Amino acid sequence: MKVEKSTLKLTVNGQQKEFLVLANDRLSDVLRKEGYFGVKTGCYTGDCGTCTVLFNGDPIVCCLMLALQAQGGAVDTVEGMAVGAQLHPIQEAFLDEGAVQCGFCTPGMLLSAQALIHKVPDPSKAQIQEALSGNLCRCTGYERPIRAIQKAARRMKEETA
Amino acid sequence: MTTRPKFNVVGKDLWRVDGRQLVTGAPAFTDDYPQRNMLIGKILGSPHAHARIKSIDTAKAKALSGVHAVLTYQDVPKTKGPIGRRSDLFNRVPYTRAGQDYPEPSPWDYFLLDDKLRFVGDRVAAVAAESEQIARQALELIEVDYEVLGAVFTPEAALKEGAPVIHDEPDVLNVKDPQHNVCAGVDVQLGDVEAGCTSADVVVEHSYHVQRVQHAQMELHAVISYLDEDDRLVVICSTQVPFHVRRQLSTALGVPVGKIRVIKPRIGGGFGGKQEMVIEDICAALTLASRRPVRMELDRFEDLTAARSRHPMTLKVRTGVKKDGTLTALEMVALVDAGAYGSHSPTVPTNTGNKNLPRYRCPNMHYKFDAIYTNLPVAGAMRGYGTPQGAFALECHIDEVAEAIGMDPVEFRLKTTVRSGDKDELSPRLYEVDSQSADEDDQNVGWAIDSCGLEQCILQGAEAIGWHEKRKAYAEHNAHNPIVRKGIGMVCLSQGSGVAGIDTANATIKLNEDGSVNLLIGAADIGTGGDTVIGQIVAETLGIDLDQVVVYTTDTDIVPFDSGAYASSTTYVSGNAALKAANEVKADILRVAGVMIDKKVADLTLEDHHVVAASGEKLSLKEIAMQAAYVDKEQIEHTASFVSPVSPPPFAAQFADIEVDTETGQINVVAFVSAVDAGTIINPELAAGQVDGAVSMGLGQALIEDLVFDENGHPMNKGLIDYKVFKAKGMPKLQTIFVETYEPTGPYGVKAVAEIPVNGPAPAVANALKHAIGVRLFELPLTPERVLRALGKMSD
Repeated sequence: MKVEKSTLKLTVNGQQKEFLVLANDRLSDVLRKEGYFGVKTGCYTGDCGTCTVLFNGDPIVCCLMLALQAQGGAVDTVEGMAVGAQLHPIQEAFLDEGAVQCGFCTPGMLLSAQALIHKVPDPSKAQIQEALSGNLCRCTGYERPIRAIQKAARRMKEETA
Repeated sequence: MTTRPKFNVVGKDLWRVDGRQLVTGAPAFTDDYPQRNMLIGKILGSPHAHARIKSIDTAKAKALSGVHAVLTYQDVPKTKGPIGRRSDLFNRVPYTRAGQDYPEPSPWDYFLLDDKLRFVGDRVAAVAAESEQIARQALELIEVDYEVLGAVFTPEAALKEGAPVIHDEPDVLNVKDPQHNVCAGVDVQLGDVEAGCTSADVVVEHSYHVQRVQHAQMELHAVISYLDEDDRLVVICSTQVPFHVRRQLSTALGVPVGKIRVIKPRIGGGFGGKQEMVIEDICAALTLASRRPVRMELDRFEDLTAARSRHPMTLKVRTGVKKDGTLTALEMVALVDAGAYGSHSPTVPTNTGNKNLPRYRCPNMHYKFDAIYTNLPVAGAMRGYGTPQGAFALECHIDEVAEAIGMDPVEFRLKTTVRSGDKDELSPRLYEVDSQSADEDDQNVGWAIDSCGLEQCILQGAEAIGWHEKRKAYAEHNAHNPIVRKGIGMVCLSQGSGVAGIDTANATIKLNEDGSVNLLIGAADIGTGGDTVIGQIVAETLGIDLDQVVVYTTDTDIVPFDSGAYASSTTYVSGNAALKAANEVKADILRVAGVMIDKKVADLTLEDHHVVAASGEKLSLKEIAMQAAYVDKEQIEHTASFVSPVSPPPFAAQFADIEVDTETGQINVVAFVSAVDAGTIINPELAAGQVDGAVSMGLGQALIEDLVFDENGHPMNKGLIDYKVFKAKGMPKLQTIFVETYEPTGPYGVKAVAEIPVNGPAPAVANALKHAIGVRLFELPLTPERVLRALGKMSD
């Protein structure tokens, strides 16, 4: 049986890429296969949020998206957050505040936070809780990630001021 | 109590040593190490709760293009088959998959594959194929004819005369009474409980039930196994117990330990679920059968329902008390659902008693449990390791006892809990039964409690939550019968720091030419920050910064033996081994430096990357390291071993402030305070993070988590959509107070922290609920339906 592959054109972390994919490939599997291991998978049913990426700027769970549905779009993964060796302020704040434990949900949380701060530069605790509601974490109780996001938002605001 | 000295690196909020790789999404977890020509392994799970395979035909599955191995019980014969057949690979041997030191106290009641299935999801067959799709297709092509057997889903049913025997195979080992489904049991007494009850003013007796919950760690159980260029079996796996996995793989597969290499990369959460060889054996078997790399990952449904869970228990507690609050008798009897196999079932329920009862001063104690096989998923290790079940029963009960004599719960606990200098006389007795290897002398002396900050935990926690004001104010508020009632509840807790006399750790430290060190430890950081705090202990000892300690864990080919990450042992046990090795390295550094500047070692100190003489001369660590490496031609390197004769208990008090909607039955936890005595805190942010996470898991057990099954033993929860864990929204305000004591046997005074805070949320919320609505719920979780029933607003 010959299996047809199609070309997926995607901008990943600002770089244009072309991948050969099957019609039933999930976006999460394609990204991992192409080396974006920051995209985790913990359920394949969209419930855990570890595969969160930004699609055209919005957080999505990419295990629920067929790769070809992303055709022509822009995907941001956690690999795109740091600039060289310089960590993103949200990444730094997560380490400052002890918001990382096992680290499996961390990439998804960082991206949810990035999308939130982009839209709401000074988010309230309730807004952060809402933005993280799709990212399950079994280690932190969310307390420190929330604190880290507040801290990062303040720092990013100061830097742009 | 010993007082605490001043530290430079210990006690500091430093970034975790694996932090950068985790926040950048660097490939670090098991599934991030795909191999060339890797196959996908899948398991065919049993559709029946109890069945025997009458016949199984794998011909069609094997014929499917892309399938490289299909294994059934026929490939695991009682005697090895003729050379050249597949069946010559494996041999039927009983083993346990519980990750414990050898000889494991748990029943050896597992086989690689068996013709009998004991719960829905139990292993029928396994396949390895070129893609997940082909593997799933192959599973569907396996034709099985089952003889469905009668099944039992509660310990009570399993104990009935004539109940189906779950482990009727003759070759199991270490099972207490397999013919009556009794997996394990213990019965110990201190003093005389009956006499204690007779002399009491009031005797209180109640029964409590704790449900089955699951770890729901974010990273699924995952394994990648392959044969390396020397034909050695390499197993990369998401485990808490790499060395135990290596030894048990050897037993299960008949491969010598020296031919197996187990690598533990970063682990996406374990919580006890990975203190078990859940799929490593079957994945590696597929590699041996196909001679190809195989990746196996459970899906979330399998992980929830066919991996491990917490032991459900029904606990009867009976207490004798004098009107002045003196306890005269304390008895706990637990009926434990072990599930289909005996993983951890002797030791988890042992903890239920010995990590709870000894925190109360009482001369007469009795603890008894029976762990019973049922045709439900296997209960295993889970954070708290039996303690949460006992804590729910005992701490709810203590509130009832306080009420019976008209005493405030805080006041009663201040009066009855242990203090520094007391002895735990129950644990050595339980321990003796539990492990056989305990010292005979322990029977008489009891375990001394040295550091104990419990009194301060109660006082500071009560202050932080506003106990006295709120206890009164809420009672007045509730007296007006409002729709939303308010309540406040508290509990006291204790745990251990490693398993005394058993848990072993080793650490190797070697000095590099620039004055940095490599630290090789077998301790398995599963996300707790263990690598970081052990690095801090080494940095403190050697007078260097944490970034000068290169922490390497865990590859069984490279690092020395360690029992693994469980029983809250990492910082205390592995930290002690690292401290010992660091002190030996330090002695060598001072010796070399002494020769270099012609000074006595006694006149030298090691601080801030330098050796400094009393007379003022100074040598950098780099100069000393270069001297050792290139002039003296000596590698400064030491390996040290540690095993503790004691398991110093951390203590805690937890407080819940709740609101209850009497129309919906919904409980809303408004604030939660944990006051914890974990000895010295090495890294406050990381330690507090352990408390936060444990509280969120404990609140899940209190309110929303429950694995449920239909009348045929089929799981009703299909995934994280209907097995609910706490989300960011809905978490109460968390506050953690560390009441720092100094534990003389711990490295820099530490005790354990990771497990104890998971024990308290359920009883604290249940006690607050009683305060709010005046009715006690004896069964978890505290669902809206149960609250409404308790209020008489809903009937069965």
